[in-house]
Amino acid sequence: MTPSETAAIRLTDIYKQFGPVLANRGASLQVARGEIHALVGENGAGKSTLMRVLSGMYTPDSGRMEVADGSGVLRDITGWNTADAIRAGVGMVHQHFMLIPTLSVAENLMLGAELTKGGPLRMLDRARAVEEVGTLSERTGLRVNASQLVSQLSVGEAQRVEILKALYRGARILILDEPTAVLSPPEVAELWQVLRQMRERGETIVLITHKLDEVMSISDTVTVMRHGRTISRLRTADTTPQEIAREMVGRDVMLAGELRRDATAGEESWAVASSGEATPTAAQVSLGERTFPLPALELREVTVASARHAEAVRDVSFIVSPGEILGIAGVEGNGQTELIEAIAGLRHVRSGTVLLDHHDITNASVRARGDAGLSHIPEDRHLRGLVLDYTIADNLILGQQHRFARGGFFNSLDGERIAENARRQITAFDIRPNDPALPARALSGGNQQKIVVAREMGRDFRVLLAAQPTRGVDVGAIEFIHAQLREARAAGKAILLVSADLSEILALSDRIAVMYGGRFAVVMARREASEEVLGPYMTGAGRAA
Amino acid sequence: MTTTSPDLARGADGATAPPRRTARSTASLQLREAVLPSLVALLVAAIVGDVLIVVFGQSPGAVYRLLLEGTWGNSYGFGQVLYKATTLTFTGLSIAFALRAGLFNIGAESQLAAGGFAAALVGLALPAGLPWIVMLPVYLAAAAAGGGIVGGVAGELKSRFGAHEVITTIMLNFIVLALLSYLTSAHLKVPETLHTSEIHSGALPRLADFIAAFHGSAANVDIVIAAFACGATWWYLFRTRRGFELRAVGLQPEAAEYGGVRPGRVWTRAMTISGAIAGLGGLNFVLGYKHYYEEGFAGGAGFLGIAVALVGGMHPLGVALAALLFATISQGGLAVNALVPKQFVEVLQAVVIIAVAVSVPEVRRLLRTQRRTD
Repeated sequence: MTPSETAAIRLTDIYKQFGPVLANRGASLQVARGEIHALVGENGAGKSTLMRVLSGMYTPDSGRMEVADGSGVLRDITGWNTADAIRAGVGMVHQHFMLIPTLSVAENLMLGAELTKGGPLRMLDRARAVEEVGTLSERTGLRVNASQLVSQLSVGEAQRVEILKALYRGARILILDEPTAVLSPPEVAELWQVLRQMRERGETIVLITHKLDEVMSISDTVTVMRHGRTISRLRTADTTPQEIAREMVGRDVMLAGELRRDATAGEESWAVASSGEATPTAAQVSLGERTFPLPALELREVTVASARHAEAVRDVSFIVSPGEILGIAGVEGNGQTELIEAIAGLRHVRSGTVLLDHHDITNASVRARGDAGLSHIPEDRHLRGLVLDYTIADNLILGQQHRFARGGFFNSLDGERIAENARRQITAFDIRPNDPALPARALSGGNQQKIVVAREMGRDFRVLLAAQPTRGVDVGAIEFIHAQLREARAAGKAILLVSADLSEILALSDRIAVMYGGRFAVVMARREASEEVLGPYMTGAGRAA
Repeated sequence: MTTTSPDLARGADGATAPPRRTARSTASLQLREAVLPSLVALLVAAIVGDVLIVVFGQSPGAVYRLLLEGTWGNSYGFGQVLYKATTLTFTGLSIAFALRAGLFNIGAESQLAAGGFAAALVGLALPAGLPWIVMLPVYLAAAAAGGGIVGGVAGELKSRFGAHEVITTIMLNFIVLALLSYLTSAHLKVPETLHTSEIHSGALPRLADFIAAFHGSAANVDIVIAAFACGATWWYLFRTRRGFELRAVGLQPEAAEYGGVRPGRVWTRAMTISGAIAGLGGLNFVLGYKHYYEEGFAGGAGFLGIAVALVGGMHPLGVALAALLFATISQGGLAVNALVPKQFVEVLQAVVIIAVAVSVPEVRRLLRTQRRTD
């Protein structure tokens, strides 16, 4: 088996520079026809850039690109554009869906290649589009309702539409950029099934991810990237998560949950084990069951409205005690965002009470909450957590700016103290590069998140709201942030953790709640919880059971 | 099968710390980034200007020489450039300030007029013969209040009702200018004219009073106030807590809100200050030049201020330079009238604006309808 015979994609020595940033510096990738290939690496390793080069969105500065044509012969396609890529059968499903919500599924699919009835007016032939999409949907097993509006779809369905869109355009090579970030476990399982079927039909799949359990369960081959370079190419069957993690980071890392193969649960099912250094010890779990006289954070029958729902959060009550992590699991969009924002003071509480150390903060300002000891790692660092064009130093005082002002009529900011604070935080939280004058925009996702974590956890606080604290950050930063959270718990802080990543919830929480439809579907101690137990509650099935 | 480059081991990338930048060099970097693209845009405009001049059958060299001689080449012309640049600095600064808060203030024209009108009202009420240096704070307060109220209304409408400031400031232009016109013509004007009677106290000295060569030009000490306003605006934006919060709202309102800032309050405050700055520009005409309020004295300076703010990269120093540039082009138009039609300079101004709109990244970001989140 020589590579040239079976290769579907061969990228050699790709360089791509954006301003001062070398995103790809000698990256290479070889994918065989009919395999599922995982492309892994830390954030900023250059995975997405390399795939955008392949799909024609970026032109590489140098390097050679080859993709197999219909008859399997590799063709030099260096420097092609997106139209070339689509024509050659390379389709990309982006992390952020590129669908138009006000159009139907069929309309979205034919966008750019509209079917018309002919004639001078070139009227759209919607009926034929719906029919074609239906046929394709049946053939591929990607179940969708072709005439439904995209805005009415669930996230999992929207992703199916994205994949269908690529296939509709004739994709034989499908690139998926972190496809499971927004899916619930059953939806993930369904996606894997679809991908396996595609593999059986001889289609080639490249999967960008940094979840190692996904790599182990679905891929045939793994390419690891680090700092814009390709570090290694491994056969999944011959490697371990630990080895891949080591390749990604360049040293040994402690994984959030040690992976083990669950022999009884059928083939290729990976679960988070309850053993290992990273998982809560018996003492930590029991913390959640002890009754504390003084809850640090208490919610009483809180109802919150959002733009879409009058009751995005419905009558939610809970407490978080000092030294406890309460984890909220659930598929995104079930009220977690609204709940956190309401506690943080960014969203109006329609009814109910929020207490911080027994003080009613239901209607307090964001600043007053901060001064009362509330810290908040927001779920979207690009939207809320950082002012991307501000320097690292300025971002490290965001929300605390009143503490860095000299007061008086002019109220100028104390540059010396801001610089001193930046130096201290950059060292303590290992933010790289360590130049406080760099704009936050210039940093990798992991280091950007470290700025947020440093700001919120590097000061005196009582309660921490940690929403998706490790979303889109690399393995090294995940490990670091998890360690910070555990340290804060040990120091007696109360932490409310929201994460779409179940393994994170399971690895950190003392008690776990599942949010579904704006309510807590269930609250349980960590030792009662597992992915299998929580899964049904996340899809709303748990209540019927 | 596994190839690991040892030089990429963790720690290697952090070992070489980049040179630490001081706050001072960061500020100069900001300025360089703000001004450089504008210079490129100017070059483009000059080339387009060359082509136009050739089309008119003239030699570019001769036209530009005449333009420079009529502006920077003699002290009268230079004085006129300074006079025009003074008003433009205030309106440009006003718009740049609002832009920093993410607001497009199209109302500088009426804010400028309201500031001048308020100053004139105060001047008419005051007894004659008071020394200008004593009266100046009163006039400053009046002009700032006049413009600030007009701007503040737009800000408050946005923060309270979500009314878009572009719409409200445009509408306020009509309302305020019509109101001032009514007040002037019905109650205050000298018969047969469009202006109020003369103010007899607090007129600002002309530059010609100090340097004889400026004789005949309208340039006056208001230019010192303009320079001071640039400094104060820079300091407010980049050195105070309120400036920190204002720029955060302009860049990412959601992040500012997260940081304990109430965007609504910042909008009201920013539009009030922006209007006040524009209002101060009214002193240049009313106290520095004619010593009365005249209908239409703003003469489009409020709108040209938009171009000044964008060309100046929304930086106070850049605004001052851009004001000088547009004042030069405007005054130069009179000088080259013999060779090319006077519309030539208007075309040239427009080319500068378009060139800046496509070349300055900040302006491009601003003019884009949809903002990318990633």
